[in-house]
This record gives sequence, C-alpha cells and structure tokens, in this order.
Amino acid sequence: MSLSLPAHDWYKPPEGAEKLWIGLALLWCFVLSLMMPYWHFRGKQNSRGEAYAVTPAAFQQRTEAFVAANKVGERDGMPVVEPAPGGDAYLTARMWAWYPILKLRQGETYRVHLSSLDLQHGFSLQPLNMNFQVLPGYDHVLTLTPTSKGVFTIVCNEFCGIGHEAMIGKIIVE
Amino acid sequence: MASSATLPDPVSASLSARGASARRCDTTGLGVCLTAQQFIKLNAVAAVVFLLFGGIAAILLALTRWQAVHLLRVDWFYRILTFHGLNMLIFWILFFEVAILYFACTVPLNSRLFSRKVAWLSFGMMLAGAVMTNVVILQGKADVLMTSYLPLLAHPLFYLGIILVAVGTLVGVFNFFATLYIARRDGTYEGSVPLVTFGATAAAIIAVVTLLHGAIVMIPTFTFSMGWTAQPDPMWYRMIWWGLGHQSQQVNVCAMVSVWYLIGQLATGARPVNETVCRGAFVLYILFINLASAHHLLVDPGVGASWKIWNTSYAMYLAVLASMIHGFTVPASVEMAMRAKGHGRGLFGWVGALPWRNPAFSAVALSVAIFGFVGGITGVTLGTQQINIIAHNTLRITGHFHATVVGGTTLAFMGLAYYVIPLMFRRDFIWRRAARIQPWLFGGGILLVSFGMSFAGSLGVARRVYDIERAGIYGPAAHLFLGVMGVGAIIAVVGLLLFVALCVGTLLFGARTSGRPMADWGVAEAVQGAPGEALYSDHWAMKGTIVLTGVFLACFAIYYFANWKALADVWHVR
Repeated sequence: MSLSLPAHDWYKPPEGAEKLWIGLALLWCFVLSLMMPYWHFRGKQNSRGEAYAVTPAAFQQRTEAFVAANKVGERDGMPVVEPAPGGDAYLTARMWAWYPILKLRQGETYRVHLSSLDLQHGFSLQPLNMNFQVLPGYDHVLTLTPTSKGVFTIVCNEFCGIGHEAMIGKIIVE
Repeated sequence: MASSATLPDPVSASLSARGASARRCDTTGLGVCLTAQQFIKLNAVAAVVFLLFGGIAAILLALTRWQAVHLLRVDWFYRILTFHGLNMLIFWILFFEVAILYFACTVPLNSRLFSRKVAWLSFGMMLAGAVMTNVVILQGKADVLMTSYLPLLAHPLFYLGIILVAVGTLVGVFNFFATLYIARRDGTYEGSVPLVTFGATAAAIIAVVTLLHGAIVMIPTFTFSMGWTAQPDPMWYRMIWWGLGHQSQQVNVCAMVSVWYLIGQLATGARPVNETVCRGAFVLYILFINLASAHHLLVDPGVGASWKIWNTSYAMYLAVLASMIHGFTVPASVEMAMRAKGHGRGLFGWVGALPWRNPAFSAVALSVAIFGFVGGITGVTLGTQQINIIAHNTLRITGHFHATVVGGTTLAFMGLAYYVIPLMFRRDFIWRRAARIQPWLFGGGILLVSFGMSFAGSLGVARRVYDIERAGIYGPAAHLFLGVMGVGAIIAVVGLLLFVALCVGTLLFGARTSGRPMADWGVAEAVQGAPGEALYSDHWAMKGTIVLTGVFLACFAIYYFANWKALADVWHVR
C-alpha cells in the first residue's frame, strides 16, 4: 500500500508486463535521444545558437550601414533591403518594430543577424511558424535559406511592453 | 474523538511524547499530529485562496484572447497575465505542496511535526511574500509577466516578494526533512518509508535545488532593481530563471504522482505491483530532471547545438522514462486491485466497476489521462531541440503546460482535497452530487483549453500577446481555436469556482465528523468469489493496462514523427 509501510522484502526486480514496459519505454527514450543528433547532421532545420557579443549601439550602426549599402526600395516608410546571396543581412528588433524589411531570393542562403536594441524580443516568422529568441547584447546569426516565395510576416512573440502586439515586420521572398 | 495527548496503542513514542498533542483518525485509525494538522489546514486554505485569485484572472485572460470578446484593456491584460501566472503556478501550487509535505512526513510515519515555530516562520514568509507580490502587480508596478525577463524591470518589492515565498518554502521543506530525521531517530516506524512519503521526499529534494536557483537569479535582480548592482546578463537570467521555473514543475510532477498512488489506495485499495519499480522511477526524477531549463533555451543565441541536444536528451529522457513507468504502474496497480476484488471480466471489465462516484478518484483518473496523453506527449515533442523551432513562444507551449500543471497537477490536488477536508478539518462535504461532477467540469474544460491553445499555436498564434489582429495574418481557423479555448476556459473556471464553493461551504457548513468516520465517497467493493491475493502472483494480469499503454506509445510516436514532418517543411536554417 502506498500510504502504509512496505513489506520488509520490498526490493524485487520487475517481472512480467512491467519489465516489458520498462524495456519498451527505455527503447523509445533512445529513439527520442538519437533523433536530435541525427537531425543535426542530416536535417535542414537546426538551431545552433551561433551568436557574438555586440552592444546595441554597434548593432544599430551595422544595421544602418547594411541598409545604406543595399536599399532597393521603400514600403510604408520602411526601407526594403536586399542583401547579396550568400551575404550578411541585419534585422534589428526594438520596441515596437522590426527594421528593415528584408528582400531575399528563394533558394539562396543568407546570414541573418538578429539583435535587440532594448528588451528581449521573439522572431516569429509567419505563416511558416519558425521561432527564434532575440536578446540585447547578442548578435544571433541564423544561416537561412528561404524555400518558398511570398510576403512573410514577422510577429514578436516575446512580451516587450504595452505595444508588443503592434511589433510586426516583413520579409519578402522572390 | 477529542484532541488528546493520550492515545491508545500502538501510538509512537513521538506522537505520545510530552508536548506533542495528537489524535487518532476516526476514519483511517492513523495517529495525526495536531501541529501538522494545523499547518496542513493553514497552507491548504491559503492555497485555495490563491487558486481562486488565479481562476478569476484566468477567465479575464481567456475572454480577452478570445478575439470576438476581447474583454480587458491592453495594460490590464498584461497585468492580469502576470498575476495569473504567479498565483497559479507559484502560490497555489507551493502552498498546497507544503501541506502535502507536512502530511507525508507525519501521518504515514506516525510522527509529530518537527517544529511549530519553523512552520509558522515558513507560512508567515510565504504569505507575506505572496501578498506583497500580488499588491505590487495590481498597483501596476510589475507588468513584466511571470518570467520578468531582463531588461524588463519591475518594482523591487515584486522580486522581494518572490524571494520571500521561495525562502519560506525552503524553510517548510527544512521542517519536512527535520521531521523525517526525528521520526527515524525516535523509531516511530520500522523499515522503509511508505511510497507516498518516498515520492514527497523526491519532490522535496528537487524543491531545494529549484528554490536555490530562484535565490541565485532573484537576489541579483532585486539588487539591480534597487540600483545597487549592475544588470545581470539577460541570457544568464533566462538560464537560471528556468532552473527555477521548469524544475518547480518537476516538484509538481513528483507531488502529483504521489497523490495518484495515495488516492489509488484510498479509493480502490491499490498497492504498487512492484515497490522497487515505483521508487526507482522517483529516483530517476531526482537524478535526471535537473537540467530541464534547457527546454526553454532551444532557439536561444549563445548556447550551441551540442549543449542543447545534450541537455535536452540527457536530462530529459530518463525523467521521461520515469513518467512512463508511473504511467504504467499507477493504472496497473488499480487494475490489479480491481481484478483481485473480482472485477476481472475481459480487458476492461474492471473500468466500469471503478468508483467513478468518488470525486477524488475521478479527478485522479482524469489527471493521469490528461497529464499522460496530452501534457506528456506534447511536452516531450515540443521540448525536442529542433522541433522547438516550430513551437517556441507560440500558444502550443501554453497548450502543453495547461495539460500538465492544470489538467494534471491541479486536478490531482483538487481530488486530494476531497479527502483532506473530511480527514483534517473533520467536516463532511456539502453538495455531494455537485462534488461528483466537479472534476469532470474542470478536467473537460481544461482539455478544451489545451486543444484550443495547441491548435491555435500550430497556426502560429503567439502566447502572451494581447491582440492578434494587428498582424493581419490569422484566418478563421485561428479564431475558431481561440474560441474553443475561451469556451473551455468558461467551463473550467465554473469547475474551479464550484470547487472553491464546495471547499469553503464545507468548512463553514459541513457536518462535523468527530467521533465517526467520514462519509464514504464510494470505494471499490470486492464481489463473491474474488481471486484476492492469488492474483498478484500473475505478472501479466494487468491486461487492460498493457493495451492502454500500448495505445499511449502509438499516439506518442505518431504525434512525435508528425512534428518532424512539419519541421521538415519549413525553410532551411542552421
């Protein structure tokens, strides 16, 4: 009984169905454990957490330089910027905007730098539903290859104050 | 029976010692230390008050996120969200757990509580801290949500309140360990401690590690908020904070599983098929759950892929094994007890004969099912390193933990209350028919909440956001699922309010039980010609459980691999 004292000889190895279930469960846990290293080497979607220390001011400067060098247009007052395929792109998060709008090409690979100028933010790319954390002081690098075309929306999904829900950005893929 | 220091045999030396007043329980015949009883009552009452606060907040939040209703103003939404998280996840759970700990170290061991003063200190600190935190939140000085991620900054008293609650809980945990020590020293019991006490000890050990993380992260944040020290690094904060935030949920799991075993015995006479297996699974929790904070950092910068993979699988999967073991042993012990009582027809003949009229039993049965099938499967899957990319900070996460912490832990604790109040407060429940449906209302509502959140989250809807219309990208399906969540929340909160009304009503108006056993909720009865003890030598007798766990494993595998497929469809990223 679970509430009363156990018999003195309670130490017994599992038997029968219980033993079988423990074996099956352990096997399943191995499958769960092995899937992650497998996907790390063979899968196309991984979060390596590649990051470098950066001050908000320095990151803002890099973003401005990137925008000045690669701006191709404007949309609702926000610059649209097209990085070179294989090159670096900068995306700044701040209360409450994503800056600038990135224009990418399907099938090309980019190093997208994410950082925040103030609070923590959440990079949530919709409707794909890809999510990454954005922190101040950390230059978070995603090596990203768009595989579909269209206008994608960046939603902030980490609480960042009263205007949080209005923090919407865009990525255009052609 | 009147409270008295003289008890009939066999009463332990500890309980009959001078100054240790005790009574004999009229229902179970166990000795009850009156000091322990007093603090079980105090902590349980405080817990239910915070549950009520959290429940009122819950309905306000659900009716705001249900976009068609959109009740609250934006600032109050985040304020109430902060309030809801802390009252439910921290205050309600911690107060109730201290009550469970005081029970588990005294009554089953026939021991007195170590110290009344320490118990007062613990309760006073926890209560002062919880009230302080709640007042600061409602004054609008701490709109930082439960996690209070730096550089978001709240009023210093917000952090001080949480520190007080954490340290007060640690003091209560100390009282628990000290009681275990004096019970052993005074020889109040022989041999090994009962399984319920063993599980509670596992919970207490994890609680110490958890609360130390809380102190490590909250103290420098408090001194920063006072302007005395520099700002801690936001990534460091996340890592240590989740050492508090996630591990505290493992304390809940341990406490909840102990309650499963306890109610299993009280309602059906179940006993562990194999004590070694059940205890071994609790040890696995202690050893392998402690790195679980990694699950919150799987798409974070600054920690690499090998760190993420190692900490996800190493810490997690032997703890998952532990939960899967309990997921077998709990229903197996109940099924064996039912078959031994003669309810052995076919695979599931015993299910119909279970004491479903007993609200404690139905609460625990629902708790096992919701925790395992919904909470457990989604938790392991979403906490997989790469799959987290398509789940992090969406409503899928809240859909998961409302199935574990609410459908699992809270519902099991509610079930326990159906025994705590008659046995500790010694009053029989009023409105017994309403009590019998309460677990179904609450459990059913929470299931809808969890489904609504999970599916909305799969469509990309973020957690912790006031309004999804500004994004302009969510279609009718997302709104439908938020509506499902809203309807579920209404049902669940009705169940919660009914629970609080039952408890409070019983404390005020319930018939006193002194001198007689509590009114029976309904237990499984043996029929003529039952096999009894003989059944226990058959190690394959739990056929229904074998089928149920097989179905569970199949559901798990399907959900898990479906998520890998969904992940494979998104952009390439590394």
